[in-house]
Amino acid sequence: MKSVEKRARTVEEAVELALRELGVPRERVDVTVVEEASKGLFGLIGTKDAVVRVTVREDKKEEVAKFVTEICRSMKLAGRVQTSEDDEYIYCSITGRDLGVLIGRRGQTLDSLQYLINVAMSRKSDDRRKVILDVEGYREKRRRSLERLAVRMSEKVRRTGYRAVLEPMNSHERKIIHLTLQADPYVKTHSEGEEPFRKVIIEPSK
Amino acid sequence: MRELVELLAKSLVEHPEQVQVSVHEDGDMITCEIRVAPDDVGKIIGKQGRIVKAIRVVAKAAGAKEGKRVMVEVPG
Repeated sequence: MKSVEKRARTVEEAVELALRELGVPRERVDVTVVEEASKGLFGLIGTKDAVVRVTVREDKKEEVAKFVTEICRSMKLAGRVQTSEDDEYIYCSITGRDLGVLIGRRGQTLDSLQYLINVAMSRKSDDRRKVILDVEGYREKRRRSLERLAVRMSEKVRRTGYRAVLEPMNSHERKIIHLTLQADPYVKTHSEGEEPFRKVIIEPSK
Repeated sequence: MRELVELLAKSLVEHPEQVQVSVHEDGDMITCEIRVAPDDVGKIIGKQGRIVKAIRVVAKAAGAKEGKRVMVEVPG
């Protein structure tokens, strides 16, 4: 995190000096006044300069975009990186040709990369928002196919009266199944087993 | 390969300037060795090896693109 300390006759002047040195606009910094200026007695004895610490507010979204772009370059992939954000998440999506390598089997590579990005970013930023990485709309497609699977399996459970055990999924995917079926009065869902083999079970609710 | 592993490793540690990645190629097998400052070893391995496992998955994907198998090691 970039930050400088400046001294001047007034707080405003000191902030001005710091901004010029950092080369960023006022709205991108946090200012702490280290020492207030004092005019002293008759402006003669005991005059004191103001001291401020000006810190550039980091932009996690930009940091993520930079990092992901570098990763693509180091893998010689021509991907377009786009980011957006809300209060909870930073979304980063890569689009382009031949990006299947970034997704991997059942999104395994995508999940690993997303995990590494989150660890790396949390080590240099105070911004606690999680980064969601997507490649070629994979997550959205996967979500839709999981919802369809959930509905199909719940119908089967209802028809046969037997419970259904789905294949192992990560917590995010299991949550999609639980949420899809939470309002279904005929079945109930829970998870069993240890990561990374934890599975969703769908059973008749009776 | 070196570029990618180095980029990932440096982003995860406290002392990126002390990260050294050596790459050894033998036929279709690539072996990457990541050396970091002693107090950074945990940061690159992670709880139950979770971080180094993720690095392996990504490095393997990058290798598969060129038809290579990849091993990633972190000497303790």
